[in-house]
Amino acid sequence: MTSSFEVNINKDKCKGCQLCIFFCPAKHLKLSSDLNKKGVKYVAKKEASKCSGCGFCFLICPDYCIEIYESENI
Amino acid sequence: MPNKTRPASLKNISTHYCSGCGHGILHRLVAEVIDEMKLSEKTIGVAPVGCAVVAYDYWDFDVCEAAHGRALAVATGIKRCRPQNVVFTYQGDGDLVSIGLAETFHTANRGENLTCIFINNACYGMTGGQMAPTTLVGQPTATTPWGRNPKSGEGWPVKLSEILATLSGVAFAVRSTISSPREVIKTREYIKKAFSNQIENKGFSIIEVLSPCPTIWQKSPINAMKWIDEEMVKTFPLGVIKDK
Ligand SMILES: Cc1ncc(C[n+]2csc(CCOP(=O)(O)OP(=O)(O)O)c2C)c(N)n1
Repeated sequence: MTSSFEVNINKDKCKGCQLCIFFCPAKHLKLSSDLNKKGVKYVAKKEASKCSGCGFCFLICPDYCIEIYESENI
Repeated sequence: MPNKTRPASLKNISTHYCSGCGHGILHRLVAEVIDEMKLSEKTIGVAPVGCAVVAYDYWDFDVCEAAHGRALAVATGIKRCRPQNVVFTYQGDGDLVSIGLAETFHTANRGENLTCIFINNACYGMTGGQMAPTTLVGQPTATTPWGRNPKSGEGWPVKLSEILATLSGVAFAVRSTISSPREVIKTREYIKKAFSNQIENKGFSIIEVLSPCPTIWQKSPINAMKWIDEEMVKTFPLGVIKDK
């Protein structure tokens, strides 16, 4: 049994501080090229890489835009 | 590790804080601890004057607002009238150490059974970055543009947690930071301990948290976190100062 993790990003709450991108050990996050409702470049997931569920992005995000869910694959 | 979702005691709205501000992280930690300890129906917070003045808009439990610096005086009144409630204050360095120092010192000295969360960002954030008692030597601010200089009468950084730790009424004094995920987890544990102390009637607990203010420090959010680790901790060493 393995688990996979789903990172949920609420892009309109993001203020583009990039702390999550800096602290993500898997380098799973990147800055978007377009703007959100606040008018800033927001954080987005990279397509190819995989989240290990460490939660660093959730812990350091000052704006509660990131939530991580675990799903079990059997 | 706790849940990686927004705690129920934190409303699902965007805060007014600047990008990379530490207040957001600390609001979440307080809400997480209150939810974990199942205290949301019992807690009364006291909000400060400073950037966190509208903290009551973000937390989904009872919060009262105090005049600048007087949060601990208000909290004393609430706790004495309603000892069954868990009462905490959430205050910045300008609020707690500058204008409110008399209230802070005497509340701690009386050993009031309260929890005080002290957000030390080494400046007055809300009013435009003036010097705070906690400003580092050499740190430029709006009122010390060439850097704080003790020799020209601006004094030295006040280490409030160490000072309060000398008082018999203080049960727990600790300094931590939120400069990395690891430190965030530690800070969460300290906040939890401070709330447990209050439930066990141990007396006054203070958690000082070194928190970034990228806007006033004129640094990127990442460099602000690095500045805490490289510069701020030299003046304000981390760790438990007193645990009675
Ligand atoms: C009696 C009174 N004096 C002065 C002010 C102006 N004032 C508002 S916030 C503040 C400083 C807040 O700094 P701090 O407590 O460090 O909080 P931060 O904004 O950095 O989070 C001051 C001096 C006020 N609101 N009321």
